[in-house]
Amino acid sequence: MTDNPLFEFLLRMGDNTLILGHRVSEWCGHSPVLEEDIALANTALDLIGQTQMWLGLAAEVEGKGSSADDLAFLRDAWDFRNVLMVELPNGDFGQTMMRQFLFDAWQSIMLGRLMQSSDKRVADIAEKASKEVAYHVERSGDTVVGLGDGTEESHNRMQAALDYLYAYVAEMFESDAVDKAMAEAGIAPDLASLRDEYDALIGRVLAEATLALPKAKFSHKGGRDGFRHTEHLGHLLTQMQWLQRAYPGATW
Amino acid sequence: MKNEWPLWEVFIRGQHGMSHRHVGSLHAPDAEMAIKNARDVYTRRNEGVSIWVVEAQNITASAPSQKGPLYEPSNSKVYRHPTFFDIPDEVGHM
Repeated sequence: MTDNPLFEFLLRMGDNTLILGHRVSEWCGHSPVLEEDIALANTALDLIGQTQMWLGLAAEVEGKGSSADDLAFLRDAWDFRNVLMVELPNGDFGQTMMRQFLFDAWQSIMLGRLMQSSDKRVADIAEKASKEVAYHVERSGDTVVGLGDGTEESHNRMQAALDYLYAYVAEMFESDAVDKAMAEAGIAPDLASLRDEYDALIGRVLAEATLALPKAKFSHKGGRDGFRHTEHLGHLLTQMQWLQRAYPGATW
Repeated sequence: MKNEWPLWEVFIRGQHGMSHRHVGSLHAPDAEMAIKNARDVYTRRNEGVSIWVVEAQNITASAPSQKGPLYEPSNSKVYRHPTFFDIPDEVGHM
């Protein structure tokens, strides 16, 4: 446990959006149709924009004179605090959209709570991001319904995506000493308290999508405390951080 | 089986414009997704405050080959332009 829980909390928020934003940006130029390509690029840019705010505040709170860019490009895998789900490879388009929906649903509820944060800087970021995320969850939810309740092929792929990804959902609701400190200070909600609303939201969409939640109860964790990231994160960082590693301090 | 999504024509009302203007077309599986796609494709730079989409097949268009019968008769009727009247100064800007 760190001696600066607010810094740790902000890293978790910012690393989620940074890593997912990078993953989604990998679709640029590769999406199945032009319209989805542009839509995914828009989502990626929204997430990177949110990252600038979260990591910008994190750097300020850390007080060591570093910037959002330093935090994004100069930390190594074990320093990242994102949940495991966002670092998983994209898989097919359906799996990407399922992951997007499972994350958007969580983020939309989380930001709603953070808008009430006792820390005005956190509340302001949440307020700005919540408008973008309201659109994200609507779009990804519609796509999950469209593909889930689509052809036999698309339905099977979406069910497979849900079966694979659902084991990564529980980590978003885990609590540790950092979350306890945030909740006590009124900065962020107790994450477990989001679960009912989350289950109701995804339940509604998945029912319309004719998809069933998997029975298995096992869940992966280890991302948000940096204890055990998947092997995929390091590979992602080699691409994302390549320029700053090869040409330290490069700017334009 | 036809796998291609239908084509939609997109109309956007700009920040200061009074009417929706045709901006282009795109593909989408249904009207709701067409609105979303239009938002993502055509309003990325804050271009609009309202979007209309209409399935392209629902638009009835005049035939280019009918240009003569449709438009030529009005070519020679300059008196239909109200430019031959002296407007009294008191009226001001019209």
